[in-house]
Amino acid sequence: MGGETPSIAVCPGCVGLSDTVVEPDMKDAQIALSLPTIHCQGCISAVERGLNAHPGVRNARVNLTLKRAMIEAEPGLGAGDLIPVLEGLGFEAHELDSGALSVTGTDKAGRELLMRLAVAGFAMMNVMLLSVSVWAGATDATRDLFHWISAAIAIPAIGFSAQPFFRNAWAALSVRRLNMDVPITLAIVLALITSLWETSLSGEHAYFDAALALTFFLLAGRYLDFRTRAIARSAASELAALEVPRAIRVRDAEEQEVAVAELAIGDLVLVRPGGRMPVDGEIVTGCSELDRSLLTGETLPLFAEPGLAVSAGEVNLTGPLTIRATAVGQDTSLHRMADLVAIAESGRSRYTSLADRAARLYAPGVHILSAFSFLGWLVWTGDMRVALNIAAAVLIITCPCALGLAVPAVTTAASGRLFRRGMLIKHATALERLAEVDTVVFDKTGTLTVGVPELTNMDGFSPDELSIARALAQGSSHPLAVSLGKALNVEMAEVSEIKEKPGFGIEGLCLGVRVRLGRASWVGAEQGEETATWLRVGDEVAKAFYFSDALRPGASEVVEALKQAGKKVLLLSGDTKGAVGAMAVRLGIEDWQAGALPEDKVARIAALAGQGHKVLMVGDGLNDTGALTSAHVSISPASALDAARVASDIVLLGQDLAPIADACDIAVRATLRIRENFSIATVYNLIAVPLAVAGLATPLIAALAMSASSITVSLNALRLR
Amino acid sequence: MQVLSYLIPISLILGAVGLVGFIYTVRSNQYDDPEGDSRRILSDEWDDHPKP
Repeated sequence: MGGETPSIAVCPGCVGLSDTVVEPDMKDAQIALSLPTIHCQGCISAVERGLNAHPGVRNARVNLTLKRAMIEAEPGLGAGDLIPVLEGLGFEAHELDSGALSVTGTDKAGRELLMRLAVAGFAMMNVMLLSVSVWAGATDATRDLFHWISAAIAIPAIGFSAQPFFRNAWAALSVRRLNMDVPITLAIVLALITSLWETSLSGEHAYFDAALALTFFLLAGRYLDFRTRAIARSAASELAALEVPRAIRVRDAEEQEVAVAELAIGDLVLVRPGGRMPVDGEIVTGCSELDRSLLTGETLPLFAEPGLAVSAGEVNLTGPLTIRATAVGQDTSLHRMADLVAIAESGRSRYTSLADRAARLYAPGVHILSAFSFLGWLVWTGDMRVALNIAAAVLIITCPCALGLAVPAVTTAASGRLFRRGMLIKHATALERLAEVDTVVFDKTGTLTVGVPELTNMDGFSPDELSIARALAQGSSHPLAVSLGKALNVEMAEVSEIKEKPGFGIEGLCLGVRVRLGRASWVGAEQGEETATWLRVGDEVAKAFYFSDALRPGASEVVEALKQAGKKVLLLSGDTKGAVGAMAVRLGIEDWQAGALPEDKVARIAALAGQGHKVLMVGDGLNDTGALTSAHVSISPASALDAARVASDIVLLGQDLAPIADACDIAVRATLRIRENFSIATVYNLIAVPLAVAGLATPLIAALAMSASSITVSLNALRLR
Repeated sequence: MQVLSYLIPISLILGAVGLVGFIYTVRSNQYDDPEGDSRRILSDEWDDHPKP
């Protein structure tokens, strides 16, 4: 980016909160926001009106289905400017990566599939109409005419619509494997060939309608499957990369913005308050406080002074810091964490989806059955035409119409339902794996809690002290000060000469008395286990404001519900014993562990898996990524870091944790429906296949069996909504 | 059976009209936001004059 871009365009209110600075892009003025809480026409109007009224916004449109707003804006306007606008209106908003959102590729594929579906549907309806009159008793020339018209419609329609199956089947066969598409292709092609042959000989049975119905139902399954995956895929990439790969290098007293990759060991790097450490290093100048919660789970900010070693990923809170890089790129602690994920990934057990397991049993079975009936009839009658006809009938009837719909119909219904609850399924088999979960492991900071401190004691202070504290807190963007300022709803005292001393606190003069708000050591108090900031008025004894991390909405409900459902709930955190213990007691979690390093979390989950437990990991921090990857299935909130979201199977779009318990329940029911659907399809096959093998199947029976099983399966899936 | 000679073309043409109509709706992005569109008609925002 050139020098003409304004360096940092973030409103001062966000500095303390946002750890990432989004640079306005001169070319791309498309902004995409995820709005997990919108649900009605009122929300659409409110969001669009609010956004369109904002200066610089050219056009804003809400997509309710995807719970997303697309905004065309003038260059220079960033998502960081619009999110506060929406939050002011009462809507939660997260930035989406609009570059990754240019979904033209997937969009085109989806549209193509829909076209094929439409053509197959159109052709099927017409051919069915003609077939009905044949079934009703048309004979001789009329029947031949109808068959020929059917052929004229069916052959081009199938040539266009069934291409995806032909392509997949070819791909599988060329590497000498069998998949579901091989029997499908064989059935369609064989049905067309025998029907053409029959028609040319003025025969009685033609399967043009069956071949088309097969294509139609299977394409419907494919389309559903594709939609679910496309939504998940775009959402996974849309939540992508927000971390700023830039740093400010100081060279010869000159500040220069460079890409992190260009930094070398020994470089001096300036980190502004609110910024994240780009490299591992040592502080050279400056005093501040560091938030390490994403790396270690500690909530207590750490005092930072020259000489302290810092790790990439830590957030600088109050004062500017200059650090000397000691490790860059691949060697930073951030990257070592990523390696841990890679190791966990390679050890992840390979899960075979229900559909794959069914296909593995099914595909060879169909071929063998059809080949045997062909050979049997050939030997029995010696008539090639009869044998081929029966083989085609067997293939059509056993063809996995219902099987092709069984899984996609259920996953579409289930993920649609979960999406409305604010959960996004990223991985295709995540639902099935979620259904097996019997142990749930939570991370504390940022997962069970919001990661924002909340004032707990206000009673011990006089009104004067509170008003002084509020006035002082106003002068800082330190998270504790911001939270204090919000919590204290009192008149502000007249405090003059307010100065922030980075790393220590804020001081000022009130009625000629020196007042200070800040760290314990700075005001002459003793730091305890709890997060606190201290107020000292003149020479009086300093008093502490205590903070606890605010619980995420739904946290206690979800723990309660999971325990009710008979699942084991664990809490693994890198925070101090006191904080974790208090949280565990508050939520009623008996099994907890404090001070857990990322390796400890992975080891604990591996141990649980070794005992035969299926573990669901819920976490958000970098220190959780290894655990998220090694767990059987994992969930992370939308506020989590990229790395954590990438590692997890399901993303929670809103603030609320409560949908997790529902999700487990829905997953169990979805898996049950999938199994039911397989049984239904099998029952239909068990009835119809003997008829087909015996040579009693007419096109009418084939059409009935196929349509009836597909419709029952779809209806069964819809019961989930 | 004379009737067939025009009934069959008519049925095919009607089907084709439906198909073309569907393709038109797909091409003009009418399936992008089904849920939102069904709610938008309830909004009274542009009742008096069309959106500029």
